[in-house]
Amino acid sequence: MELNKNFADGIWSKEVNVRDFVLKNITPYDGDASFLAGPTERTKRIWSACLTALAEERANNGVRSIDNKTVSTISSHKAGYIDKENELIVGLQTDELLRRAIKPFGGINVVAKACHENGVEVDEHVKDIFTHYRKTHNEGVFDVYNEEIRSFRSLGFLTGLPDNYARGRIIGDYRRLALYGLNRLIEAKNQDLANLTGPMTEARIRLREEVSDQIKALKEMKLMGEYYGLDLSRPAYTAQEAVQWVYMAYLSAVKEQDGAAMSLGNVSSFLDIYIEYDLSNGTIDETFAQELIDQFVIKLRMVRHLRMNSYNDIFAGDPTWVTESIGGRLNDGRHKVTKTSFRFLQTLYNLGASPEPNLTVLWSPELPEGFKAFCAQVSIDTSSIQYENDDLMREIRHSDDYGIACCVSFQDIGRQIQFFGARTNLAKALLLAINGGRCENTGTLMVKDIPELKGDVLNFDEVMVNYKKVLKEIARVYNDAMNIIHYMHDKYYYEKAQMAFIDTNPRINLAYGAAGLSIVADSLSAIKFATVKTKRNENGLTEGFDIQGEFPFYGNDDDRVDNLAVGVTKFFSDTLAELPIYKNARPTLSILTITSNVMYGKKTGATPDGRLKGVAFAPGANPMHGRDEKGAIASLSSVSKINYDDAQDGVSNTFSIVPRSLGVTAEDRVENLISMMDGYFSKNAHHLNVNVLNREMLEDAMEHPENYPQLTIRVSGYAVNFVRLSREHQLEVLSRSFHERF
Amino acid sequence: MGTFDGPGLRLVVFLQGCNFRCLYCANPDTIPLKGGKPTEIEEIVRMALSQKAFFGKRGGITFSGGEPTLQAKALIPLFKRLKEEGIHICLDSNGSILNDDTKELFKLTDMVLLDIKEFNAERHFLITGRENNNTLETAAYLQANNIPMWIRYVLVPGHTDFEEDIRALGTHFQSYSMIQRIEILPYHTLGAHKYEALKKPYLLKGVKENTPEKLEIARKLFEQYFPVVFVN
Repeated sequence: MELNKNFADGIWSKEVNVRDFVLKNITPYDGDASFLAGPTERTKRIWSACLTALAEERANNGVRSIDNKTVSTISSHKAGYIDKENELIVGLQTDELLRRAIKPFGGINVVAKACHENGVEVDEHVKDIFTHYRKTHNEGVFDVYNEEIRSFRSLGFLTGLPDNYARGRIIGDYRRLALYGLNRLIEAKNQDLANLTGPMTEARIRLREEVSDQIKALKEMKLMGEYYGLDLSRPAYTAQEAVQWVYMAYLSAVKEQDGAAMSLGNVSSFLDIYIEYDLSNGTIDETFAQELIDQFVIKLRMVRHLRMNSYNDIFAGDPTWVTESIGGRLNDGRHKVTKTSFRFLQTLYNLGASPEPNLTVLWSPELPEGFKAFCAQVSIDTSSIQYENDDLMREIRHSDDYGIACCVSFQDIGRQIQFFGARTNLAKALLLAINGGRCENTGTLMVKDIPELKGDVLNFDEVMVNYKKVLKEIARVYNDAMNIIHYMHDKYYYEKAQMAFIDTNPRINLAYGAAGLSIVADSLSAIKFATVKTKRNENGLTEGFDIQGEFPFYGNDDDRVDNLAVGVTKFFSDTLAELPIYKNARPTLSILTITSNVMYGKKTGATPDGRLKGVAFAPGANPMHGRDEKGAIASLSSVSKINYDDAQDGVSNTFSIVPRSLGVTAEDRVENLISMMDGYFSKNAHHLNVNVLNREMLEDAMEHPENYPQLTIRVSGYAVNFVRLSREHQLEVLSRSFHERF
Repeated sequence: MGTFDGPGLRLVVFLQGCNFRCLYCANPDTIPLKGGKPTEIEEIVRMALSQKAFFGKRGGITFSGGEPTLQAKALIPLFKRLKEEGIHICLDSNGSILNDDTKELFKLTDMVLLDIKEFNAERHFLITGRENNNTLETAAYLQANNIPMWIRYVLVPGHTDFEEDIRALGTHFQSYSMIQRIEILPYHTLGAHKYEALKKPYLLKGVKENTPEKLEIARKLFEQYFPVVFVN
């Protein structure tokens, strides 16, 4: 096939290898933000149509409309436009803006319920097919779940499992479509298939079937392109085509799948190569370059999936996690900041703040000063971006061409994937250790052979012995559930569009997760350093704790308690690592809650740290609200101690600071925020959500949501429209620590 | 740590004991010479080193109080240690003590945040219980020894916001090349509750906080004499 001959040659022109292309052709940019352009009239018109549609969506209970008849596939819907004559980048998931599609391969009951809750019924014919003739992922999982898994799941020890929604997290290398075109990609997959010869073991048969499905998906994309008058069989030649092709590849994924997180990868510096080329040839100018990115981002902001109401408990605010990773460095010492890195951030000014795409800066103190200053300014102005430690991930995960899946999770683009694992409630597990292996709420025996504790006063060593036994048992059940879920997802809802843009037979990471870490650390600290007496009900289950004496809280840079958090993370991670995983995936662990910290808290009784029954946990690896009293730096220092080696799926920290406390002048605030992040990440911390906000503004937004349609805040590895959160989640956000001093 | 006591992000160490009795003192608990927690030099060095990663290009450690120069002799070896570790040192001082010890201490200091409570000697006495001639001498010493300083001026309505006093201050210091910044600190009542806890009368009861207009007038006034003026 005809490759784009404008660029420096390399391995990429002989084999599918986008990293090599970027390496050979990137133009790192060391300057500041002064070159950036504002929005064009065309962009403003399109965005204004979107704002109207978004207002209608909010007014209609969060869903503008549903196509309840057409089963969504790559080519199921004909072309859809927002404002055709002004659109430089085209393509919608359905034929209409913000119209949600049904994707019943994940589960027909899920789709039927989601439709019903939004005032329509799923088409009878579709329901019939997926009830009687075509099995779904959800049905497959529940056919195989045993009693043990069901009970750990329903009582709240394992929660948010992707057994009734699609697992997501897989990032296709969407750049491949622009660089190679469909014909070349189909050719490469055909070659892979031909090389997958016998013996025909189960694994080999499965892989051959998967590659065949990928090839079918690629062919279907040709058709989807034709609806829009695009010839996707060839590579992209211009900047506009490159953006369009990448978007088409991504669009095929979000038409075919409704995974919880459908992330984009790291496309900005790839696209920059095409933009630079056109700029240097004089065929486009900066205004047009920005317009391309603005219009691409508009499309990404309009991605929607159909969800049940209960989904909101674990993933609040209708997130899609179109995570785009920006910046970072190459192994050869150059950085990957380009002018298009700036252009992506500039969309937050040109179009206003927004939770999606989930803009993630891969931070290194070595990044150019102009870019760091712009990032800090954007955070101060919009609270819409998050930061991850590029130096740490590059070193430990051995890749300089990676993206972030979902919230915080490393993924080597095109060469690795991950299986999403939701999470274990570590705090509730601790209560099993104190209650003889019984659930503190129901008395159900969850883990056998956990001895009853001897006295009323909790003894640290005795509790720890029990806790380790409990964690081992929970890990075993958790691992069983994961193996079943991912087996069934592959079988009934395989991500053929995304996988078509990934190497055949990639390395797989299983992303386990844990919630409630700060509650566990503080509880163990209380047991160790104060005197904690149990208060038990008539069934002998704990309903509260009497705490006498002082003890250190996690979040104050006090090793006595911080080391407890570090130790529990390591123990749980090591325990999971001993268990075998489907498809020989390798285990990783995240300390991340997304927004389920509220729901986990609800399901968890009183804990020995003094937290009352039902009270929300802190999100991710955050210290518990109000307990990190020594200021921002001490709080950040505590979280930075959690070892990334033990939690390679990510250690999430959501941080809120009052604007004034960042400094006296605008320059001071930018500089101090940079110093803060340089310091935090140089201590090997992994992730930071940065909110620069006053509590009063959020309170006002609760009362007058109509005045804050685009108010965006970072919650836990992603951002949301504040006014789209439930009141309960809004109140939880308000209860968090807003640092007024460092 | 803080962002309001010198440039960049800073570890702020409050030292116990003060020789002034400012009516509006926001940290009255640090006034008595007794109290506070005795802290070893090495403990402060350890804290500074553990937070050094956050200091960035301009941040560091700030000694505030109380009046830190009351302990000048003890601070000298600490400052020497911090300098060895490459940590930027700010000293927040009322400048009322100028002797051999404080002179040596100032020379070890990267930047002095010099609090000038009032320029008019009588009003200075009314507010602080002390005269301001030593403070002016200290400023001259810092200027002569090339030690950078920021002048901090607490603006209290009806007590320190007299135009003629600010103009006199401007005229006096206008030529001081080592003054890099003027910071106007608006009087606030955040420390008032501490007086209750200490069972001391709060003598500025009834004094209102500055209006934005008043702050702007003061800022413009200072700007007639100094190139860099901020309201902190």
